[in-house]
Amino acid sequence: MTASKSLESGVAIRVRQLRKSFGSQVVLDGIDLDIQPGEIFVLMGPSGSGKSVLLRHLIGLETSDSGEILLNDTRIEDEGIRDRFRLAMVFQSGGLLNSLTVGENVGLYLSEHRLKSALEIERIVQEKLALVHLGPKDSLKYPSELSGGMKKRVAIARALVMEPQVVLYDEPTSELDPLVAVTVGREIVRANAVTHATTLVVTHDRDLAFGIANRIAFLSEGRIVAVGTPEAIRASQDPLVRRFLSADFTRD
Amino acid sequence: MLLLFGVTLRALPRIFRYRRNLAEQLFEIGNASLFMACVLSLFIGGVLALQAGPLLTQRGLGSMLGGLVGASLAKELGPVMMSILIAGRIGSAMAAELGSMRVYQEIDALRTLNIDPVEYLVLPRVVAISLALPCLLVFSLLIGSAGGAFVAALNPEVAVSATAFFNSLKATLEPRDIIHGLIKTFLFAVTVGVVCCNQGLDTLGGPRGIGRSVTKAVVNSIVFILVLDYIITRMLLPFTKNSMAGGF
Repeated sequence: MTASKSLESGVAIRVRQLRKSFGSQVVLDGIDLDIQPGEIFVLMGPSGSGKSVLLRHLIGLETSDSGEILLNDTRIEDEGIRDRFRLAMVFQSGGLLNSLTVGENVGLYLSEHRLKSALEIERIVQEKLALVHLGPKDSLKYPSELSGGMKKRVAIARALVMEPQVVLYDEPTSELDPLVAVTVGREIVRANAVTHATTLVVTHDRDLAFGIANRIAFLSEGRIVAVGTPEAIRASQDPLVRRFLSADFTRD
Repeated sequence: MLLLFGVTLRALPRIFRYRRNLAEQLFEIGNASLFMACVLSLFIGGVLALQAGPLLTQRGLGSMLGGLVGASLAKELGPVMMSILIAGRIGSAMAAELGSMRVYQEIDALRTLNIDPVEYLVLPRVVAISLALPCLLVFSLLIGSAGGAFVAALNPEVAVSATAFFNSLKATLEPRDIIHGLIKTFLFAVTVGVVCCNQGLDTLGGPRGIGRSVTKAVVNSIVFILVLDYIITRMLLPFTKNSMAGGF
């Protein structure tokens, strides 16, 4: 990817009064967000606060009850949105197809859309795998043969193959030990540096959030209670944010 | 389910793009069901000869046994039993696989890659089962007839030679009887494919949800097969009733 193309990659995301309920349970209660092109934006909050549901709305896997999501002024529900913008998502479980090898998973977007020749796909796959520190031998393995951290890295490589303008990460460090979590965090920052894609990370991992974010939004019970730089969030006096950030395990 | 059928039908012209998935599915179906189809057909043919043989022989109609077994296999037992076998063996696997893909976010991942899960996953499965099941019926007819002939020749209460059995089969069974069976089988196959894929895609929850989907897929398929069997038989009856009359 050329530098000029990279710098154009990011897309502005605007969320306006987004609401979603499942039955009587309100999951998103009037979300307003502005995410700048190319930034790493972290959505942080306790479990069940609606972070993942918001993420699924941002990639069109859920439809809202009301409100709107705009990608550079285009509504996410508009026909052909995926032809106009390249949106990629790294799922909590990796979302790798178990029947395909790592290489086939990474090259799936290119092969299914007939975007490159088989030889070219192979070259791109190896290039993207190398970006996440995986080698040619790994591309022959099946997802069931990979550790949790490797699955996440393969999922990142698969997202990068799309040359995405927006990359969404759903709990990228869940179920990972701290060392692997740090590696995955670094991969996210590196991917953002390479693609300049607008990067949205959903996590309740405080270390990851403060380690990689340009800005952080704190979500609680379906509402944004604080938005700002990591320093601003650390200094926030909101009781919910303070409680979340100061939670610590101590034995009585 | 009707919606999934409609979307799958609309995607049919693009099946050539998914020829690799189609070949994999055809291999899976053949590999998983051929031996079972062989055993099942052998014994269905055998038990038909065992049940009907003595009755026909007592009435001096033993020479008609081959035609009876062949027509029953081609028009009724073959299509129904093969479809139920496929629903249990292949349909359940389809529902489980798609259910697992749904639960573990593989289907969501396909959507984010701008790949239509219906085209990529459902279309090759439905087309494969629709091609494979009629082939299995022909296979079942051959093996089932051999089973019937074997029992007819060896059972002293029947005592119809294999030659007499096959002569009767040849005289009675007409191409349209086989076409009748093939039409039924094809429609059952489409039904099993769509029902099972639909259940798989609708899976919610974890492993328990997958189990529920598999059970529903098989039970619903069998119910649909039996209901459709009556409807199709009723519709095809005017085109085939003379063959039986001619044979008996």
